[in-house]
Amino acid sequence: MEILKRTPLYSKHLELGAKMVEFGGWEMPVQYTGIIEEHQAVRRTAGLFDVCHMGEFEVMGAAALPFLQSVLTNDVAKMGAGQIIYTLMCYPHGGVVDDLLVYKQDEEKYMLVVNAGNKDKDWQWLQEQQRKWADNGKDTPTLEDISADIGLLALQGPEAEAILSKICSVSLKDLRYYRFFFAEIAGVNALISRTGYTGEDGFELYVVADNTALVWDALLDAGKEKGLVPAGLGARDTLRFEACLPLYGHELNETITPLEAGLGYFVAWEKGDFIGKEALLAQKQKGVPRKLVGLVMVERGIPRAGYLLEKDGVVIGEITSGSFAPTLGQNLGLAYVVSSEAGLDNEIAVMIRGKAVKAQICNKPFYRRGR
Amino acid sequence: MYPENLRYTKEHEWILVEGKTGKVGITEYAQHALGDVVFVELPEVGTKLKIGESFGVVESVKAVSDVYSPCTGIVTAVNETLLDTPELINQDPYGEGWLIEVEVEELDSELLNSDEYEDFVAEEE
Repeated sequence: MEILKRTPLYSKHLELGAKMVEFGGWEMPVQYTGIIEEHQAVRRTAGLFDVCHMGEFEVMGAAALPFLQSVLTNDVAKMGAGQIIYTLMCYPHGGVVDDLLVYKQDEEKYMLVVNAGNKDKDWQWLQEQQRKWADNGKDTPTLEDISADIGLLALQGPEAEAILSKICSVSLKDLRYYRFFFAEIAGVNALISRTGYTGEDGFELYVVADNTALVWDALLDAGKEKGLVPAGLGARDTLRFEACLPLYGHELNETITPLEAGLGYFVAWEKGDFIGKEALLAQKQKGVPRKLVGLVMVERGIPRAGYLLEKDGVVIGEITSGSFAPTLGQNLGLAYVVSSEAGLDNEIAVMIRGKAVKAQICNKPFYRRGR
Repeated sequence: MYPENLRYTKEHEWILVEGKTGKVGITEYAQHALGDVVFVELPEVGTKLKIGESFGVVESVKAVSDVYSPCTGIVTAVNETLLDTPELINQDPYGEGWLIEVEVEELDSELLNSDEYEDFVAEEE
């Protein structure tokens, strides 16, 4: 039997009455009071998420930059210190090992933030590439898995800045999207990053694992008047779904390429060679066989991951994520569809419990926050 | 939590029998376990049900669950209000959140009374 890992906030979740579930080898809160309530709180005020399960690796040394340039699709050389980029990490055939964030601290120090369920696989993959570099006589970077030492909280929602400002040692006004700096929160050191996975403004806060509970309590206290609530993985999923942010294992996996996923923007063709480039370039020239699309149900029903899509009785695709979308009040899905049927407004059928239920391809993202 | 005038299945449906008529829904335990209900699929009036057969689907944000018939009989009414407001199942599972009414021919002989159901749920948790 697999022993599930627990974050430093495990007992906090139980005290708050959370419903706990397994996710990526971890025992995590799926909800506290209710998924829809927590979802709406993040859209209207703010929510606080325990995301300590995410993995963090450090890549250090003079070889860090060329190494990352070779294993990641996006262009790390363009980053300034204090900047963050989203990138894919691909296999030679173009399938995705993982999607991740890169934090540049200085020319010789980067942090990668990877999915919990992929952490061990990513770590092995990076070490394998490091060995290959060493075998070829190239200088290699130092890799360190610091996941166990780091606590990670996500404070998300329109009130996030006002709440964090109350207990932060510096002003957050000038911290732009996808930038980070170091400051104190409730008296403890933290890496403060203006990022998130909800489609709202917000922050991700990295602290020493032992300080996680202290910062969690301080934030909930500071946010009480503003309507801050603890939010679970259930709301995290519906929020990212409405914003059409991909989830590994659903919209991404080892057989899907970034181009099929509509993530070509994060593939830097000009930067030189990287793992998967040849295969991706070939696919780019030939055209992708399938595309990730959004769809809205026309008839009653909720599309769910794994349901097939048909057009005139022929299978043309499959749902990767689907849900009732709380902010929009609609039943929506993300799906891979053969490119010839992936046009906007195309009417297709979702096969729900053996019945063909009408749906229509629609624009993505489903939700975009107002400015 | 589990009214004494109802009978319960081990799949967490309840039935209220009055004369020949049975009203069916899901229990407080079931609605709580499911979380926010966002969709229901119910049979048409006139559908013939058999004991233990799935007669509909209740979907929460996260889960899709079949609901099973506690009796053999014919559906005489369905709760159409749930099509637009499925959250009534969470708010009032024994009242406005009812699912169907059935003209009962035969009740499942293994239905539990409220004490037995409470014990059964305690064991599941």
